[in-house]
Amino acid sequence: MADALLRLENITMQFGGVVAVNNLSMEVAEGEIVALIGPNGAGKTTAFNCVTGVYEPTNGEVSFAGQPIIRNHPQGRMQRSYLGEYAEHYANQRVLHPTPDHITQLGIARTFQNIRLFGALSVLDNVLIAKHMRAKHSLFSATFRLSAGEERRMRKEALALLEEQNLAHLQDEPASSLPYGLQRRLEIARALATDPRLLLLDEPAAGMNPQETQELTDFIRSIRKNYNLTVLMIEHHMDLVMQISDRIYVLDFGKLIAHGPPEAVQDDPRVITAYLGAEEDYAEY
Amino acid sequence: MEFFLSILLSGISVGGQYALIAVGYTMVYGILRLINFAHGDVFMVAGLMMVYLSAWLPLYLSVPVVLLLTVALGFIIERVAYKPLRASPRMSVMISAIGVSYLLQNLALYITGGLPQMYPRLPLLSDSVTIGGATTRVVTLVTPFLVLLLVLALTQLIHHTKIGMAMRAVARDFETSQLMGIRINSVISVTFIIGSFLAGVGSMLYFSNYATVIPVSGSMPGLKAFVAAVFGGIGSVPGAVIGAFLIGICETLIKGSDYTVFSDAFTFALLILILAVKPTGLFGERTAQKV
Amino acid sequence: MSKEERLRRGQRITWLLVAALLLLVLVLENVIPPSRMLFPVLKKGAVYALVVVSMNLLNGFTGLFSLGQAGFMLVGAYTYAILTIPTALRDGVYYLYGRSAVHFSLPEMYARLLGSSGLGGAVSLTLGVLTALVCAGLSSALAAWLIGLSVLRLRSDYLGIATLGFGEIIRAIYQWDKLGPITNGANMLKSFPTFTSFNIKNTQGQIVLRLSTLVPLMLAGVCIGIMLLLINSSYGRAFKAIREDEVAAEAMGINLARHKMMAFCTSAFFAGVGGAMLAMYQNQVQAKAFTAAMTYEILLIVVLGGIGSVSGSCIASFLFIASSEWWLRFLDNALYIGGFKVPLLRNGFRLVVFSFIIMIVVLFFRQGLMGSRELPELIAGFWQRKHKAKAGEPHG
Repeated sequence: MADALLRLENITMQFGGVVAVNNLSMEVAEGEIVALIGPNGAGKTTAFNCVTGVYEPTNGEVSFAGQPIIRNHPQGRMQRSYLGEYAEHYANQRVLHPTPDHITQLGIARTFQNIRLFGALSVLDNVLIAKHMRAKHSLFSATFRLSAGEERRMRKEALALLEEQNLAHLQDEPASSLPYGLQRRLEIARALATDPRLLLLDEPAAGMNPQETQELTDFIRSIRKNYNLTVLMIEHHMDLVMQISDRIYVLDFGKLIAHGPPEAVQDDPRVITAYLGAEEDYAEY
Repeated sequence: MEFFLSILLSGISVGGQYALIAVGYTMVYGILRLINFAHGDVFMVAGLMMVYLSAWLPLYLSVPVVLLLTVALGFIIERVAYKPLRASPRMSVMISAIGVSYLLQNLALYITGGLPQMYPRLPLLSDSVTIGGATTRVVTLVTPFLVLLLVLALTQLIHHTKIGMAMRAVARDFETSQLMGIRINSVISVTFIIGSFLAGVGSMLYFSNYATVIPVSGSMPGLKAFVAAVFGGIGSVPGAVIGAFLIGICETLIKGSDYTVFSDAFTFALLILILAVKPTGLFGERTAQKV
Repeated sequence: MSKEERLRRGQRITWLLVAALLLLVLVLENVIPPSRMLFPVLKKGAVYALVVVSMNLLNGFTGLFSLGQAGFMLVGAYTYAILTIPTALRDGVYYLYGRSAVHFSLPEMYARLLGSSGLGGAVSLTLGVLTALVCAGLSSALAAWLIGLSVLRLRSDYLGIATLGFGEIIRAIYQWDKLGPITNGANMLKSFPTFTSFNIKNTQGQIVLRLSTLVPLMLAGVCIGIMLLLINSSYGRAFKAIREDEVAAEAMGINLARHKMMAFCTSAFFAGVGGAMLAMYQNQVQAKAFTAAMTYEILLIVVLGGIGSVSGSCIASFLFIASSEWWLRFLDNALYIGGFKVPLLRNGFRLVVFSFIIMIVVLFFRQGLMGSRELPELIAGFWQRKHKAKAGEPHG
């Protein structure tokens, strides 16, 4: 696919002797909603952390909008203890390891599995902080209010965003005082405030009841439309995944075991095995 | 040559005294992830108690009583100043430690009236001997052996007893070990007791060498011992001991040169260097941050 | 009244209060004999308020546990002194090293342009001192930048001990013999312009208008005001985000290294200015005074005032200085009531009482005086309660 917005190529992440993500290659096209699923500990969040610059993958390459943004190959001591594949593939290319803020700057925003809001700060401040990155002012001009217009614009946009998410009436409340569902929504709003092209959602429906999950499904659809977003999400709620995903990637023990449209993945025997355990296992006992 | 020998001897001896304090830092940090800023002051208070107790108790009684009181002090500090803050952010606990250090120093200032107190002569330890032409005190020669003996005993304790295993478990994972039924409060108390005991022994060796105790006597040796602990890899007892000997020797060498003014600064330069190059120290383990 | 309006009113009242207090100080200073304890307390309190707020900017607002404040103050104090000692007095100050390696003095340079007597003299003194204060801040910010390159990526406690270490290294460098012609080695620097230099005299040399207390208050006030503006700007929000959650802040596009460095250097800048003002207050400066103990003291005042509250830091500084220099002085002297000698009271008892108060705050009143709230919010809250009581609304 030539027009992939995000492309992972042979991404391997090894911690000591554990290969958390093993040779993962996947693509997300512009405008798609793609789900990354798999049993607990399959390496989904690790893959996210590799894409967002939190971890430096041991090997492989990530490109965004056609540009390679992250690239690494086993180096130093890792050369000998590397357990993945394609160790030589990227050896002669320049290593790219941007910090997470740089990735966000490029247009990839994320949420966290265990909500990470700025708890003591107000709801409005949480969104304003996300606007800080794109604001054009220096420490000096911001301190001495030489760029008051910029500040006003940030406030206006942040308020508009809160208005859209039905959070405006809570703007002065500390983020930690919000109920769980609203915290999730605020975290997504905060991610949207960085003006992303690609939104990574790490288990957005975790801890939600069926009705909240249904609302979230509609919400994700609506933000995709309103913000021209591409969405990549990790999720365990199969209802949600099956309803809105254009395509699904399935990870197990760090390896990609299946991918395709929801219906195909649903019936894939390897996926069923990964989730329910292999039939032979039952036969043995 | 004689000059060099005497510097080396006193370096090893200073290093040994730092080592005894450093073990207390490294064990507490290993378990609580807390720089116990008050530890150096516990060491100073042990010195002061010796000064006052030896005035009206015979030496064979005052030595054990001082050690006992030092241990009690360490235990009480943990119970009063650190335990209530166990669930608070790390910065609060560190501030509490700084507060305790401030309190102990001011108490010492009040009690001594700001005058340096003469440390009693301990028989044998304070006597002079001459080896290879270099004159030194017996304590200089005894220190490294005593340190090695104590540290050996400590590593045995850590690796071959039930409480030692509990310590290692708590150091590895505070919460899980709590869930596994380890009484972390008693483990932490034991850690402080061992640390204070060693600081008490260290203070006897140190002050026999320096002869006077003042309220800030503990802060510099304390900080240097902490640097030694970081250098060796925080949480590692042998690492702390090696780091302490190294720092003691380097410091004595600098004190013998033209750059005396940098003898304290050197220790910190070493600290910054090790933090920049290998933040986990010589024998430390890497831990990955979970997101 | 909306919450925002109430807050704005609270702010207005706070500013009015501050202005009224400054005016009161100006009047008092010219009415009451200058030997009263009140004035040194106000001066030192102002200096400490500035330094404490600068430390709070790092520890309270950015969440960086830094213990390098005394070192940065030292750099600022020395820069100020070196740049302002009058050339004629330099040989006297540096007599141990023959002569000073610096052959100019900023106030004199301005005086050459503007004249050295009358209004010209006053202006050149003011400009010279202000320039030197800015240089003091810049030099200590530069030191912070160099230090920050190697330590800012460290975790909280390691950062604390590394910055503490740098403080000690700075102190050793300034006491080094080889730099004697510049720093005067381990000896003190003196004879530079102090707060008393700002008292306005007539031609006979009599003081017409005393400004020696107002000047430090104004200087500290302006610096603290700038820090407040910073804290309430977009960058201030970014600092708070780093304090709340580094990982999330980075994911929101905040460059940790750059923003931490900004906070670190800004804090050092104002600590440097504060150090210079401390030198002005003391009429002399000596490197050996800027120990780790000084940093601890500043940190403990931050805690007393409330970590993350600028107004708390200011109030706590003045209370701390007033208690230690003035109100609690009696604890240090033996006291007889009738024929009875009050026990415990003797030299050093004041500090013991102090330490206990601090431990009680640390353990039982962790919020300090103000928590993370500011004075305008408190006033706004007060307004709200009064408003509600008047309207007879139920609380809720």
